[in-house]
Amino acid sequence: MSTDVFVVIEHLRGKVNDISYVMLAAAREISDATGGEVLAVLLGSDVENLGSDLAANRIIYMDSPELSDFTSEGYQQAIAAIIQERNPRLVLFGHTSIGMDVASLLSVNLEIPLVSSCLTISSADGTLKYTSQLYGGKIMAEGSLSEPSTLITMVPGGYNPEDGQSSTAAEIIAVDPPQFEGLRISVKEYIEPEAGDVDISTESLLISVGRGIQSEDNIEIAEELAEAMGGVVSASRPVVDQGWLPTSRLVGKSGYQVKPKVYLALGISGAPEHTESITGSETIIAINTDPAAPIFNIAKYGVVEDIFDLVPVLTEKIEEM
Amino acid sequence: MNIVVLAKLVPDLVEELEINDSGTGLDMTWLRLIINELDDHAIEQAILLKEKSPAHVTIMAPDIEGVDDILFTAAAKGADRMIKILGDFEEGMTNHALSRVYANILPDLNPDLILTGVQAHEDLDGSVGPLLAAFLKMPYIGYVAGVSIENGNILATKEYPGGLNAEMSATLPVVLGIQAAETPPRYVAVSKVRQAMKSSEIEEIEASELDASGSTLVERMYTPKVGEGATILEGDLEEVADNLIEIFKEMGVL
Amino acid sequence: MPIRETFWNIPHWAEIAQYVLGFLTIIIFGYGVIRRIRRWRQGQPERRTDNIGTRIWSLFVQGVGQKKTLQDWYPGIMHFTIFWGMIALLIGTILATIDWDVAHLFFNVQFLTGWVYVLYELILDIFGVLLLVGIGMAIYRRYITKPDRLAKMPDEGLKRDDAYILIMLVLIAITGFLVEGLRIAVAQPDWAPWSPVGNAIAAGFVSLGDPSNSTLHFGLWIMHMLVAFVALASISFTKLFHMISAPANIYFRSLEPAGKLRSPIDDEESGVKQWQDFTWKQLLDFESCTRCGRCQDVCPAHASGFSLSPRDIMIKLDVHMWDSNNGHSLHGDVISAEELWACTSCYACVEICPVFNDQLLSIIDMRRHLVLEGEIDTQLQDALANLGRYGNSFGKSDRMRAKWTKSLKTKLKDARKEKVEYLWFTGDYASYHASMTDKSLLMAQIFRNIDLDFGILYEAERNSGNDVRRVGEEGLFEMLAEKNVEALSKSSFQTIVTTDPHSYNSIKNEYSENGNNHYSILHYTQLFDQLISSGELNLPNKLGYKVTYHDPCYLGRYNDEYDAPRRILNSVGCELIEMTRNRENTFCCGAGGGRIWMEDPPEVTERPAEQRVKEAASLPDVSTLVVACPKDYVMFQDAVKTAGLEDELEVKDIIELIAESMGPLKIEE
Repeated sequence: MSTDVFVVIEHLRGKVNDISYVMLAAAREISDATGGEVLAVLLGSDVENLGSDLAANRIIYMDSPELSDFTSEGYQQAIAAIIQERNPRLVLFGHTSIGMDVASLLSVNLEIPLVSSCLTISSADGTLKYTSQLYGGKIMAEGSLSEPSTLITMVPGGYNPEDGQSSTAAEIIAVDPPQFEGLRISVKEYIEPEAGDVDISTESLLISVGRGIQSEDNIEIAEELAEAMGGVVSASRPVVDQGWLPTSRLVGKSGYQVKPKVYLALGISGAPEHTESITGSETIIAINTDPAAPIFNIAKYGVVEDIFDLVPVLTEKIEEM
Repeated sequence: MNIVVLAKLVPDLVEELEINDSGTGLDMTWLRLIINELDDHAIEQAILLKEKSPAHVTIMAPDIEGVDDILFTAAAKGADRMIKILGDFEEGMTNHALSRVYANILPDLNPDLILTGVQAHEDLDGSVGPLLAAFLKMPYIGYVAGVSIENGNILATKEYPGGLNAEMSATLPVVLGIQAAETPPRYVAVSKVRQAMKSSEIEEIEASELDASGSTLVERMYTPKVGEGATILEGDLEEVADNLIEIFKEMGVL
Repeated sequence: MPIRETFWNIPHWAEIAQYVLGFLTIIIFGYGVIRRIRRWRQGQPERRTDNIGTRIWSLFVQGVGQKKTLQDWYPGIMHFTIFWGMIALLIGTILATIDWDVAHLFFNVQFLTGWVYVLYELILDIFGVLLLVGIGMAIYRRYITKPDRLAKMPDEGLKRDDAYILIMLVLIAITGFLVEGLRIAVAQPDWAPWSPVGNAIAAGFVSLGDPSNSTLHFGLWIMHMLVAFVALASISFTKLFHMISAPANIYFRSLEPAGKLRSPIDDEESGVKQWQDFTWKQLLDFESCTRCGRCQDVCPAHASGFSLSPRDIMIKLDVHMWDSNNGHSLHGDVISAEELWACTSCYACVEICPVFNDQLLSIIDMRRHLVLEGEIDTQLQDALANLGRYGNSFGKSDRMRAKWTKSLKTKLKDARKEKVEYLWFTGDYASYHASMTDKSLLMAQIFRNIDLDFGILYEAERNSGNDVRRVGEEGLFEMLAEKNVEALSKSSFQTIVTTDPHSYNSIKNEYSENGNNHYSILHYTQLFDQLISSGELNLPNKLGYKVTYHDPCYLGRYNDEYDAPRRILNSVGCELIEMTRNRENTFCCGAGGGRIWMEDPPEVTERPAEQRVKEAASLPDVSTLVVACPKDYVMFQDAVKTAGLEDELEVKDIIELIAESMGPLKIEE
């Protein structure tokens, strides 16, 4: 049994996703307690270069054409081989469209326990503990991470992704891919999102609307404020699902990670699928009529007020300036 | 085409969630249960597929309070067969345990396609879809927002961050974790559900012993401190607006 | 001796021809009527043969007396004169026929002689003039003034039908007078001055002399006969048919209370999918519509820019029921979902219709079909799902229904457990909406101050289902009503009192205890009115405000309660300045019929609530709009903001005025 912490790196279209750095930051912190190393697991075809800034001790790199696209099967077989050979203490996956697909498969096939939605990993009296987020962020669950191994899917918000980045490239250990068997999933094509007029992931001021905006017409109040301030309107999933704003404005798991200077959340309750994508914001300001809304947990400033009352007043004052 | 949809009931977040006395789980007394929203999408997706080409749709759910209503509602939407799994689910069950139960029952149903919501709010040990897929040794695609059938293959649209989607193809039988049906779950008139209650029957199947290995015990459950972080700005609309403007100026966005 | 010389100057062959053609006309007319009846019978059955006495009386007051038609003075008088003009001339013709073809033919005696005849001629001349005045008024209105509701029709062909009738009436009237004038010009009887119009016309023709006049007379007589017969024969094929369908419609109208919506016809509660799913009475509605457009003018949806016009619904359904071979489907091709969802169920159209159509019922029957098919927009879907699940449209837990009472130190009596005199059915908005809960608290405190014995149902109360029913979700309504009735039957109380007119309407008219008795229920304005008259409630402070009052649709138009709130306003010392549209003509705030649960489409230019607050604000010296319905309060509050009238108009619930007038309330320790 080893004391190493493995991190399965998530990457798409030549870019490493933020969650990978969050996981590396978590791994670094906890590996101090386990006394092991942080090993990044990088799978793909010709993607060695993606390991250049991973803050790991070493990178296990598996190159194979069957891994050129993510499929749950390919990744499952590859990672199973790696785990069986090296018996890590913990394997971290992203609680994402990639990580979630694979972690459960491995839990069954390798009979290793799995903990999901994990926010932070800690150590107390020699026992490793997890703290996970449930019920839209309303409940936290804690427990011990079983030995000899446990798989974990992680959500962002518990660690700073910058702590998972490194300026120097870690040593790469190339491993041979296993004999892939019975692969039945293939990627036919990727569909890029429609090019939006703006790239919200680079904007410094976002006025974001959630379910509390109630109707398409009401988005106007956000637009007016954005215009007065020189910002851009973004939205959480319920708004985009209704078709009131395009996917290019979606802040969330299936949308974009944003890191503005100011993120103004209007009528957004703060479910994890949304908040995990705004943790990079410098200042989050939330306006919501519900004083118990989870968004107030991560916001720096909050106002318990009706957005339809407050926002027009705010817009008017700014326009008069 | 034989489609099976797995649905479960989860705590309704409309109610305040309270922790039980031992601090290790939810207080079940005041809990109200509602169908997992993504399972509702899975049911809708199954019905949509049935509307496009002949299919037989079975809905399965564990027998806990409220299960009859969700099964009859699915029947009113067009599901053909309803099964509830009897077992000792009072204390709640982990996804590993539930998936094992399903894995014992499903082979007899000969499914071509198994749909279930990609996750639920209460999931702590992975989700039912991929766990079940592993037990049944079937391929799994999660985060699916659109499904179609083409020559015995499934075509699924998988969602990735940043609005990126991938069109994936897989040979049947397949398990899919649904994130969104092609169109939102339809409305079903109460009178139609009532009619379904009169004209259809729910079958019952006994579950095998629950085996929760693979999941972890919860040692402590608690509600995070609310508002712990946000400085709440007080005052009337004018004062608050002025205050916000000061903050905007400080941050350099105004 | 004055006597009616029927067929003067008419050759025998023409006389025979007249009878033959007359006979033919009757056959065609009869065929036309039968054809229509057969089509109505394709509709679903419905019993309307009860209460014969009331029905006949109605026919007399409305059909003969034209009571509703006269409510709009210009077209009312216009129609009255045409109507009575034609009736008089018809009676005149009947009398003449009996005189000649019965009395004279069989008994060799005539009664249209002497002064009887002279009077007969005079009266007919006068009515003939009235007829022409009426026709003149009609022509002027339709072709010169051109009000919107006549100028725009869903089908241009209908305008030809409208023109046809006026043309025929004009021809009948003018040829009639000309024939009379020419006869007088030739025959020159002594009693001619007793036919003043005829006499005047005769003077004009006298110079032509006989035989020209005789020839002219005969020619015009033939024309008059042909025009009249064509008109008669065409009755069942043109708008003239309303002469038959409208009285029938009045006779067969529903005598149920306005607030009691007719249940779906079939067990599956599927509503109307194709026109044959309507009842025969509804089909008769479509046939009776004279396209007057009054309903369109009072419709709040239409006034706001929605695509709905109740008149057009009637017209289009009528055209469709005759046109159904062309493969058009009722839903989508003829009536759009947008039109159906635009309706607020305010009942203004039904109230104002002179032929007693029930446009609303047909709209709801069609909505029922859409609901069954699941063809409703997402916001409505969410509201219905919430109502089904939590018993309220806000999506808040039913356990929170009594949360508004939390601040009270002494809990309100739980009517489920204790006997109470008044069971207060609070309603969704008064229980959950942030703007209304303070008014509910106020009412609770007022009740306590006057030692009223009351209690609430706490979590057992559900939305009454009034608007759910009007949305067309009958099954959900039944479910909500069942739950409420269950809670009510477990409680012990004398009277229900409610804050909400919608709940008042449904519980009063649609709920029943064990299927038999209806509950005794008061709207809170009625309760307070009673308490004021009995002296139990003292109102020492006379407020002296100039206010206006908005009659809620479901309290006023639906349930005829206009005066209790007004008496209250008087008792608190306010001066009431009425808006133009008051009492049964109140203009809906736009929330009813489920509209408060739906999004407004882009074509809506000015929402009904905005129009109403502007109407209120335009009254000189009035700065308070008083309401007696929680939804009115919420809608108007919002409208005042969006219309920018915050400085000019304040919205107040009548309970607030009562509280102010009572003076300081004892708030419990």
